[in-house]
Amino acid sequence: MHNEIILAGFGGQGVLLIGKLLAYAGMKAGREVTWMPAYGPEMRGGTCNCTVVLSDHQIGAPVTKNPHGLIALNLPSLDKFEDAVRPGGVVVVNTALINRLPQRTDLVVVPVACNEVAKEAGTAKAANMVALGAFLGASQIVDVDLVKGALEETFAARPKLVPINMVALSRGYEIGTALVPAPAAR
Amino acid sequence: MAKKLMKGCEAIGEAAVKAGCRLFFGYPITPQNEIPEYMSARLPQVGGTFVQAESEVAASNMLYGAAGAGCRVMTSSSSPGISLMMEAVSYMAGSELPVVLVNIMRGGPGLGGILPSQSDYFQATKGGGHGDYRCLVLAPSTVQEAADLMGLAFDRADHYRNPVFVLGDGLIGQMMEPVEFKTEIRPEDLPAKPWATTGCKGRQPNIINSLYLAAEQLEEHNWHLQRKYAEIEKNEKRWETYNTEGGCDVLVVAYGTVARIARTAIDEMKGGPVKVGLFRPITLWPYPSEALWETAEKTGKVLTCELSCGQMVEDVRYAIMGRKPVTFYGRTGGVVMAPDEVIAQVNQLAGASV
Repeated sequence: MHNEIILAGFGGQGVLLIGKLLAYAGMKAGREVTWMPAYGPEMRGGTCNCTVVLSDHQIGAPVTKNPHGLIALNLPSLDKFEDAVRPGGVVVVNTALINRLPQRTDLVVVPVACNEVAKEAGTAKAANMVALGAFLGASQIVDVDLVKGALEETFAARPKLVPINMVALSRGYEIGTALVPAPAAR
Repeated sequence: MAKKLMKGCEAIGEAAVKAGCRLFFGYPITPQNEIPEYMSARLPQVGGTFVQAESEVAASNMLYGAAGAGCRVMTSSSSPGISLMMEAVSYMAGSELPVVLVNIMRGGPGLGGILPSQSDYFQATKGGGHGDYRCLVLAPSTVQEAADLMGLAFDRADHYRNPVFVLGDGLIGQMMEPVEFKTEIRPEDLPAKPWATTGCKGRQPNIINSLYLAAEQLEEHNWHLQRKYAEIEKNEKRWETYNTEGGCDVLVVAYGTVARIARTAIDEMKGGPVKVGLFRPITLWPYPSEALWETAEKTGKVLTCELSCGQMVEDVRYAIMGRKPVTFYGRTGGVVMAPDEVIAQVNQLAGASV
């Protein structure tokens, strides 16, 4: 199995962090992983994305033109990457900030109002965790428990933040599994 | 030890610490700032010293002093910063000082840009500074290899008393991959350096110098260096091949990041009509010319891919000596080629031979 995922949003939304959690969980699952940030002249508030590759084989290119999945936390991210996703790919759309759905009909679209769901879970700042959870629920590419373990380790220095992020991740996961009960593109 | 998920830059820093390096002198520049950042936090934990110098010129001359005192020492920078260090590199080569320099290449010339590039190949392998000197140049293709080659770099630098370059690019530096640190050396367990200037009480003074005003003396010094370089050429060539068993239609020659991209292209072409292999030099100097020819001999055509306008391709042509057609494909300025660009080049080449 080989999965290339692009996670995109604006600076400060935490797309690099959820990318790291995904890569970390992939590593814990015994898979080859890469995490590559777009490190051009990005700035606070500007667009930001990273590419995560999970594979059962040695990974060549750590960047991709045609990902198998996409998490879009804001509109510019969906505009930029919608056409690139491979047919059948899971696309999480943060409908709290994106006022349209993908125009393509060959994608597994997971619309989630990430910011709202996160706010209900305790803080709107955890919108990224909701999105990651929804992606995991819909795609099942990594065991969600491994991601939870990665989250605990990543926040080891600030354990106070763990529970709230954990709830946001779980809420997202439930939404993802409910929307896509039998993932086609595994 | 369990694998850790680390950025290439951080892995380079940790690998240096694990190799017994306790001194880092540098000056910030994107895309390698995570190396000095990591070292500034890590070195004090192990009794080392991190100095952010006032410039690259200063940092590189601090290397000269620390290496002369027998310490394992390193710097890291990116293309324009490395250019500023070139005077000191020539002096350290002339004075036979073991140092490790990491260049996380970005687009040039001049101030250029901050995105990945391989356009410092000439500078690293053919000189850069003045005089007849050589540096061992190691080119990692993964984060794990970057860590492994740091250990080798310090070891070989001490062994040959010579500067060693680790030549990566922005992608290797910024990417995260799992990495495992297999060995750890304490500075006190390293072999003694009887030539170092450590205080001469009870012995003859040691002199570290690259100034020889008498022509015959300087010539003899140069012959001495050349004998050392010949020894390095004999012992240190490293490379890797992929999918070349039994020969191939097109052999891609690429190093570092581009070798990874070529590997993806090759995997995607498996089972198709064109058989494609990869030759990946790990040492850029000395260049594994003989091994490249042995691989290319069983090949139809050779395609060299680089993130430059064509630098390593000159060494490829030198190794092939006109015995096979050698073509070049490059992207530059920070544009990283996609696997399908390599596939298109391969197909075009293979089609042209039918």
